[in-house]
Amino acid sequence: MDVIVLQLFNGISVSSILLLIALGLAITFGLMKVINMAHGELIMIGAYSAYVVQNLFTSYMPSSMFNWYFVAAIPVSFIVAFLMGLLLETTLIRFLYGRPLDSLLATWGIGLMLQQLARTIFGAPNVGVTSPSWLNGGVTIMGDVVLPYKRLFIIALVCLCLFAMYVYIYRSHSGRRMRAVMQNREMAACLGISTRRVDAVTFAIGSGIAGIAGCALTLMGPIGPSIGTYYIVDAFMVVVLGGVGKLVGTVFGAFGIGMSNTLFEYWTTASLGKVLVFLCIVAFLQWRPMGLIAMRSRSLD
Amino acid sequence: MRENVWKSLSLLLVALCIALAGCSNDNKGSTSEGTTETSGAGGGDGEIKVGILHSLSGTMAISEVSVKEAEMMAIDEINAKGGVLGKKLVPVVEDGASDWPTFAEKARKLISEDKVATVFGGWTSASRKAMLPVFEELNGLLWYPVQYEGLEASPNIFYTGATTNQQIVPAVTWLLENRGKKFFLLGSDYVFPRTANKIIKEQLKAEGGELAGEEYTPLGHTDYATIISKIKAAKPDVVFNTLNGDSNVAFFKQLKDAGITAKDLTTLSVSVAEEEIRGIGVDVLEGHFAAWNYYQTTDTPANKTFVENYKKKYGADRVTADPIEAGYDAVYLWAAAVEKAGSVDVAKVKEAAKGLEWDAPEGKIKIDGDNQHIYKTVRIGEVQADGQFKELWNSGDPVKPDPYLKGYEWAGSLSSGN
Repeated sequence: MDVIVLQLFNGISVSSILLLIALGLAITFGLMKVINMAHGELIMIGAYSAYVVQNLFTSYMPSSMFNWYFVAAIPVSFIVAFLMGLLLETTLIRFLYGRPLDSLLATWGIGLMLQQLARTIFGAPNVGVTSPSWLNGGVTIMGDVVLPYKRLFIIALVCLCLFAMYVYIYRSHSGRRMRAVMQNREMAACLGISTRRVDAVTFAIGSGIAGIAGCALTLMGPIGPSIGTYYIVDAFMVVVLGGVGKLVGTVFGAFGIGMSNTLFEYWTTASLGKVLVFLCIVAFLQWRPMGLIAMRSRSLD
Repeated sequence: MRENVWKSLSLLLVALCIALAGCSNDNKGSTSEGTTETSGAGGGDGEIKVGILHSLSGTMAISEVSVKEAEMMAIDEINAKGGVLGKKLVPVVEDGASDWPTFAEKARKLISEDKVATVFGGWTSASRKAMLPVFEELNGLLWYPVQYEGLEASPNIFYTGATTNQQIVPAVTWLLENRGKKFFLLGSDYVFPRTANKIIKEQLKAEGGELAGEEYTPLGHTDYATIISKIKAAKPDVVFNTLNGDSNVAFFKQLKDAGITAKDLTTLSVSVAEEEIRGIGVDVLEGHFAAWNYYQTTDTPANKTFVENYKKKYGADRVTADPIEAGYDAVYLWAAAVEKAGSVDVAKVKEAAKGLEWDAPEGKIKIDGDNQHIYKTVRIGEVQADGQFKELWNSGDPVKPDPYLKGYEWAGSLSSGN
């Protein structure tokens, strides 16, 4: 019984992490159709931003404030990755809309450059980020089952990000403009929307969310120049399985993969579990090539 | 539209140029120290070319860059003392880029085009296995500085890291005697952990241990929640950890979050050294064990100067670790062998290297003439609050290398396969 509850929680936790790393990509790849291979490096930028904020707090703030560095790190990571995304969009990505293969190669190259840049600035070895003490430990429920605060925190953070994105995309004016441009660019342009600006801001928001993911991942995993490569495949898998173009699909995709990954891994081994998950995804996409939730659009592709 | 295409093309070109410029700069940096034109094996009259081949980019750069730096430092020190045979050593640095075919290709380039006298390089077993045929074919000389899974002894490779009977086997024996009988084996899914665990399982059978579980995760795996559940369910006395690279960070962070500390569960790692501790975080690792041949805290006069010089050269916040020290040793051992042989010829150097002794930072080391491994002292250490190791146990004398474990009865079935 203990194990079932624990594995269920682990499944939800893994799903929430997957969702967090895929959310940004759901915008840049899902909505904008840019095969953004540099997404992983935007996650890395978020992680390093958290590291820098931590160091600033240790150097310039009284040590009693140290525990709050993480609260500051989340918006900083978002802003740094947002600006990076904006820079990428205006200098490169905007020339590559509608050319998926070119954008794949170009963003992959950008990814490599960013990795090497991180290596030059921060050095090749991993850096350490000390988690704030209020996130250490966990809630004990039912004897042996411990739910770590960090995993709970990430679940809450994902919910918050989802909610904020929902409000932005479906309830705000700029979100409405964004959806209009993504669904029918010509029509939106005719109605006087500056599609250039919408593109740039949308890509930057997607990048910013990747930054938040990177910041949160410092709690769980390594922080090094190549961490992006560990998450990029999972992120694409989630978006493709969920159905390109729909945020709800991404949520379902993340939960499908997270839960089945945890279960398969428990029944078999980590390597075999991953293989089984891949097999299931391939089989599923054979059956429904558009993913879990298909995007319906009236625009002419 | 047309204009857009041109714009993006030129942009890509610019990007490409920047990338290429970066690469060629690296090359310049490494060879510009040579002043005269060189020709013939090992360089011109006043200098000897030596190759350094490590991953300076890609996943393995995290570990290999420091080894490269230690080797460069050894070369500088030797040059400052007048070089080898009165000639200056000129390093030719190549990037293996964490890609095994690249290692083979660059090794070939170093030997045939640059005509280096020897090569120091490699980290993963995969990179060594990729370079091995090249060195045997061209009769080159490789110095490999990392602990590995044993069961190999190429006539063209000197192994300055530990083989299994100088790290894993004594560590298992020590754990069985001091920490308990029930072992859980956790490793990354590739050649080193799988071979190491095959050996450990045989040893457990022979020495009265018990196998509680065995798990492998893909390289770069980042979520250990399920593995930790399995460990909890199996209730082992010891987790023997052969995870490599970044997975260690995820595993130890998540282990602590799951409420398991070093007090509740003993773990012993064979790929976590001082350098990795900084990336994982001391708060997470304190109290856990590791087995190596050298720690920054190892108390020898040679180590004191080594650590001082390393910090002076690369920064006070840098730490030394076992593979860094083994890379440093390799350069000195080769230089000593060349001095003794009076030549950089591979056959003569190998002959001269037999039984060669040197006072390394880890203590006295000696080259074994039969298998070209090194006599090394085994040390088990515990991670302290300052990120350094406290030595709990050592083997006293340097242990004779035994890559095929011929000296162990229970290992009979292991080496027959090779």
